[in-house]
Amino acid sequence: MLDFAHIPVFESVLPFPNPAGAMQEKRQRQSEANKNQERSGIGRMTYDVTIIGGGVIGCAIARELARYRLKTVLLEKQCEVGFGTSKSNSGIIHAGHHSDTRTLKGRLEWEGNQRWDALCEQLGFGFERIGELTIAFTEEQRAKLEALLIQGRERNIPGLEIWEPDRIRIEEPALTGEIIAALHAPTAGVINPYEACFGLIESARANGVEVIVDFPVSGLKKRDEGWIVVGPDREIKTRFVINAAGLYADRIAEMAGVGDFEIRPRKGEEYLLDKRLRGMVKKLIFPLPTPTSKGILVIPTFDGTLMVGPTAHLTPDRENITTTAEGSDEVFESVRRIVPGISERDCIAEFAGLRASVEGEDFIIGPTAAKGFINVAGIQSPGLTAAPAIAERVADILADEGLGMDLRDDFDGGIPLPVRFASLPLEEQVRLAEEDPRYARIVCRCEHVSERETVDAIHRGAHTLDGIKFRTRAGMGRCQGGFCTWRCMELLARERGMKLAEITKRGGGSWIVREREDGEREEGSRA
Amino acid sequence: MITRRPSQIHSVYDVVVAGGGPAGLAAALGAREQGAERILVVDREPEAGGILWQCIHAGFGLHHFKEELTGPEYAQRYLEQVLENEIDVLTDTFVADISRDRRLKLMSGGDGIKAIAARSVVLGMGARERTRGAIRIPGTRPAGVMTAGLAQKMVNMHGYLPGKRVVILGSGDIGLIMARRLTLEGIEVAGVFEIMPHANGLSRNIVQCLHDFDIPLYLSHTVAEIHGRDRVEKVTVAPVDEKMRPIPGKGWDIECDTLLLSIGLIPENELSRQLNLRMDPVTSGPIVTSTMETSMDGVFAGGNVVHIHDLVDFVSQESLLAGRSAGLAVTGQRPPADNIRLSPGENVAYCVPHTISTDRPHTVYFRVRKPLEKCSIRFGDVLEKKLGYVFPAEMVTLKVQPKFLANFHGDALSVDVVPRD
Repeated sequence: MLDFAHIPVFESVLPFPNPAGAMQEKRQRQSEANKNQERSGIGRMTYDVTIIGGGVIGCAIARELARYRLKTVLLEKQCEVGFGTSKSNSGIIHAGHHSDTRTLKGRLEWEGNQRWDALCEQLGFGFERIGELTIAFTEEQRAKLEALLIQGRERNIPGLEIWEPDRIRIEEPALTGEIIAALHAPTAGVINPYEACFGLIESARANGVEVIVDFPVSGLKKRDEGWIVVGPDREIKTRFVINAAGLYADRIAEMAGVGDFEIRPRKGEEYLLDKRLRGMVKKLIFPLPTPTSKGILVIPTFDGTLMVGPTAHLTPDRENITTTAEGSDEVFESVRRIVPGISERDCIAEFAGLRASVEGEDFIIGPTAAKGFINVAGIQSPGLTAAPAIAERVADILADEGLGMDLRDDFDGGIPLPVRFASLPLEEQVRLAEEDPRYARIVCRCEHVSERETVDAIHRGAHTLDGIKFRTRAGMGRCQGGFCTWRCMELLARERGMKLAEITKRGGGSWIVREREDGEREEGSRA
Repeated sequence: MITRRPSQIHSVYDVVVAGGGPAGLAAALGAREQGAERILVVDREPEAGGILWQCIHAGFGLHHFKEELTGPEYAQRYLEQVLENEIDVLTDTFVADISRDRRLKLMSGGDGIKAIAARSVVLGMGARERTRGAIRIPGTRPAGVMTAGLAQKMVNMHGYLPGKRVVILGSGDIGLIMARRLTLEGIEVAGVFEIMPHANGLSRNIVQCLHDFDIPLYLSHTVAEIHGRDRVEKVTVAPVDEKMRPIPGKGWDIECDTLLLSIGLIPENELSRQLNLRMDPVTSGPIVTSTMETSMDGVFAGGNVVHIHDLVDFVSQESLLAGRSAGLAVTGQRPPADNIRLSPGENVAYCVPHTISTDRPHTVYFRVRKPLEKCSIRFGDVLEKKLGYVFPAEMVTLKVQPKFLANFHGDALSVDVVPRD
């Protein structure tokens, strides 16, 4: 699936110095020191660590903590992990040179970037280093490219080079001829962010981490030996709380009595284009970034569909994931200046997400004045890229804060890799279909998703239509579920023993159909 | 179940038809008429017949059978003929790919992955519905926004209801039919909103499905925003300006739990694109000759896969021709090649077929761009036909006899619809 032979620059840098090894030693020492403390009464805590929030950050932390002999639980307020901001993430693993080195995100971006190859191999989510171009239209902008190039080289990011128009025309002929230079960064990649969440959490669970969904946290109570986390139907005792609550991280911090920052949601609208444009643009295309945004991009997603966006506008409403006519105009006008061949007519779907940004625009990661309460907040771009590095940092912080961190010797980092039937070579398809004919029964005709893949997704945890869609792509194609919705509902009903009327799009009140009321009416008339 | 699994699936067929809806069934019969021996219809559903099964309303067959049938009745009549003619029908099977040498990759839960070869192929994949993404309706993305056809399937095939109070965007025929159908199910239909200044469905459906049930139709209106987090809670509707943009400040909210979309159909041309057929950007279907042959030898097409029809009767008629031609191609009796290219002219969006010949009669289908009363069709300067009115929602049919072309010696004809003074 991934052929890194095409990125030779990587080999010259590999092996990366692996800070994890050194840190693990440190943590182990810490753990010895803490053992006595644990035995002296803290054992009655139900959990060692409670992670609030099942976005990609929470999932990455859960997977990282699964390496240790800890009792860890992740709480997610929605019905599945990854259904908040992570689901609407642009899905970019940033090259590593964009953010200012003086910032925390600048340091974690490149560190995180280097972790994704191994994770992809173990967890099987869609990830490919397709490279990116940051483009300049003026000499002034070219100077900024040079500055980015220097910033990247200082960080030892391999393969960075400035391309002149003739090279750009050969590599990306669909781009406008008005571009005078571009900075090529082969270390940038695209990823399916929701698949990354599902893979990380599946691996965490396989190694003993518990996950509780539909669990919005409504309160935190400090106790001498830790915290009590209050949810809808029960309270959870824990020694440490990791606040990875994304858009609501400030509210959770307030509950812990350390509400000293404010989340300022910044909305991004994205527009997905029909797959007939596949291959029109091969690399990620970035205009020059501004302090608050990386601009409106052209994103060839891992699945080959072009996506354009996102916008970046502050909104006071944390649930405002609306798309707007203005946003659409802004995106397509901006993209047309880069790729004249893209228009609104190519759009098959649109969505919006909210970045959990904070004043200062940097990550807030660390312990707080409230002992045992650790913030992982203000995570916006390049948060997805940095996620594995953030997770490692959180493990370090826990060790520093006195949690005993014994490495498990039975940790298994891999999961059974999901089969992507449509992308297998024909001989392999034929072989699998002979083994299980459900591989040859098509559920989603646009993305050629089979019944077997759909059933597997359900058994791996999907219990909503969106859960199936984001695991298999069923419903993501050009007919947007017109064909497969009913088939997916029938499979969910069959595999989970649900009634069709109980099936939802994404949990809560997002029901799809209701039953006829004939029966009810009859009863009513009798009464 | 009407169709049975054939006792044997051959590895080579004279004619393979992709799609067992009204187009595919008529094409198979056409191929049989012209002497093709081994004919196979492949359909992805458990039963052939296509969308007709969920169209339980009457109004089908007035042209073809000279009587008014429901969709399932129309399907049944065709299926019976197909079986009488010993045409193989393979259901629950998906045509995943067609190669340029006409080998087909078939996938099914029963048979796994199998390849078959065909001397001629007829494409009869029909159409799919346009979705929300195609028109980018602003707002949230709750459950309860669905195409009218999906709602029709839920109600008529499975016995479930899509909601309690419904707004319909677009005045396509399926939306109009569903306005009536849902009303009969006790669901409140708050209104049908059409962005164009004219309705997009057949006049008879406007009368029988909306007027008869006092369902308001708002022309030059659209849904400006969708509200609701989990499920649709309301929609904002608004009149539009001449650029089809909602006029600020003129909109109002309608509480509802469902928004049905009836905003048009798109020919289902995945396979045509895999074959790299020449396509018409206006119809989004393949370019076809007067025998319904595509740009690839031995590959024919008929029905909604070529262009969107209003009436199933015309789908059958056009596909019968495609099937006959596919059968003739197998027996090596192709008619003379076309020698005149048709080009859509004034107030004509497209013409099908794209070329005709001077040696035999042809039926030319086209659509106008805007409504016109008291007008004439001009077929180059060889033919002029007066019409009372034309309407984008109603396909125009023109019979062209060889005698009209007897004195024509050019290679292209423009089709225009112009006002009569």
